[in-house]
Amino acid sequence: MSIGRPASELPSLDQEEILRYSRHLIIPDVGVEGQRRLKAARVLMVGAGGLGSPIGLYLAAAGVGTLGLVEFDVVDVTNLQRQVIHGTKDVGRKKVESARDRIHDVNPHVKVVPYDTQLTSANALDIVKDYDLVVDGTDNFATRYLVNDACVLLGKPNVYGSIFRFEGQSTVFCTTDGPCYRCLYPEPPPPGLVPSCAEGGVLGVLPGLLGLVQATEAVKLIVGAGEPLVGRLLLVDALRMSFRTVKLRKNPACPACGTHELKGLVDYVQFCGLRGQEDVTDGIPTITPAELDERRRRKDAFDLIDVREPHEWEIGRIEGARLAPLSSFAETLRTLDSARDVVVYCKSGVRSAKAVRQLQAAGFKRVWNLAGGILRWSEEIDPTVPRY
Amino acid sequence: MPVTLRLPTVLAKSAGGQTVHEATGGTVGAVIDDVTSRHPELASRLRGPDGKPYPYVIFYLDDEDIRFQQGFATPVADGAEIVVVPAIAGG
Ligand SMILES: [Zn+2]
Repeated sequence: MSIGRPASELPSLDQEEILRYSRHLIIPDVGVEGQRRLKAARVLMVGAGGLGSPIGLYLAAAGVGTLGLVEFDVVDVTNLQRQVIHGTKDVGRKKVESARDRIHDVNPHVKVVPYDTQLTSANALDIVKDYDLVVDGTDNFATRYLVNDACVLLGKPNVYGSIFRFEGQSTVFCTTDGPCYRCLYPEPPPPGLVPSCAEGGVLGVLPGLLGLVQATEAVKLIVGAGEPLVGRLLLVDALRMSFRTVKLRKNPACPACGTHELKGLVDYVQFCGLRGQEDVTDGIPTITPAELDERRRRKDAFDLIDVREPHEWEIGRIEGARLAPLSSFAETLRTLDSARDVVVYCKSGVRSAKAVRQLQAAGFKRVWNLAGGILRWSEEIDPTVPRY
Repeated sequence: MPVTLRLPTVLAKSAGGQTVHEATGGTVGAVIDDVTSRHPELASRLRGPDGKPYPYVIFYLDDEDIRFQQGFATPVADGAEIVVVPAIAGG
C-alpha cells in the first residue's frame, strides 16, 4: 500500500537528487519509485514544536516534495530544550519562518508551504484537502479532535503522536479501514485534568523519540513499505525505555468514522469544555506586582502564600513568601488567619486564583491574587527571580 | 498468581509513586478495586463517580481494549496484565 498517484505520473529525479538520496535508492523497499513517491508527496504538519521539529527535519531530509506547516507561534527560549528545528538565533521569530529556513538548509528541493495561523474549524478542511497525509504534532486536545475530524471527512491518513513528561503515544489514524482518534478517545478529559507540557514539563528528548516514530510512519505510508502502525497504539515509556503496542479497534458507533453522523467540523473549544473557562481569574480580587511591591516597602502586615509545587519553589520565589502547594491547600488553609490580609501567587496566576476561591469559600474577606504570578513579578519588579 | 496493573507515570503520584501494582481480582473492575483500596486517591482517576470508565482513560487487558469485551466485568486470568492508557495531548 502506498499513497499518492500511479507510478507513471511520478516526477523524475535529477542527478543531484539521485546522489543525495542514494542511500534510499539502494534499499529495494524504497528504490527509485519510492523516492519519486516521496518527491510527489504532500505532507501537512500541524505544529512545528516538539514533535514537529524532528518530523520536519527528517521528512525534509528524506525528500518529501511538499511540506505544509501550520503554526502560529513564535520561537521562545523555553522551546529550545526540545524544538531542535529552531535555533537560539531564531528566538522571537515566527516558527513557520524559522522552520522553513532550516528545512531549506537541510534540503533545498523541498517546497515549504507555511500557514502562519492556528488550525480552526473555519480553515482546516480547506488546508488539509491539498495534502496526501497529515502529521499531528499539536499540543492540545481541541486541535487533535479537529485534525482527526478533518482527516476522517477528507479521507486523509493522520499520523498521530502525543507526549507527556516521560511517556508518549503514537499510531496512524483515519486510513480506509482503520480506527480514528474518536474511536480511541470518544471524549477529551475535562479541562485542567491533564496538564500541558508547559504546565507539567516534558523530557526534551521525548518529542525526538515520538516525532521520529511519526516521521517513520509517514515515510512508510508514502513509499508503501512495511506494516503501518494502523490498528495498533504504540506506548513509549522513556523512563523504563519500554515500547509496547496495544490493539486499537474501529468503533462501529464512532460518530466520525463509524456511523458518519458527523457531517462537518464542530466547535472544538466547546467540545473540549473550554468555553467560558478561558479566564479562571474572572471576578477574583487581584493585586498587581507594583502594588504588592509597594505594600512590602510600606512593611504592611500581610501573609504572602506561594501555591506552586516544591520543585518550582526551588527555582525561585518571592522573598517573604510561604510555600503551600495548591495540591494540599486544604491543610494550609486551617493554619491561616482570616483576620489578616492574604496575597497568593503561583507561576502565572491560574493556580493562585483557585486558591483565592478556596480562601473566599472558607470565609477569608481580604485576599488577593498576584496578577501574572511570579513571571510578571520577575518581569516588572525583581529580574533576579528566574523565569521558567 | 496475581494480576499486574500498570499505570502511566502521570497517575503514579496518586498510587504511592508506583507505576506497577500487583493485585488480585476475578474481573478488571475487581483488580481496580483491589489497587484503589490501597491507594484511595487513585480511585477517582480510574473510574467516574458512577463507577463507569471515563472516555479518556482506556484499559487494556493483555493488550486488548476492555470496551470491546465486557468492560470492567471482563474476566481476568491469573498472570494477566492490565495497562491503563489515559489521553495525553502534549506535542
Ligand atoms: Zn472513529
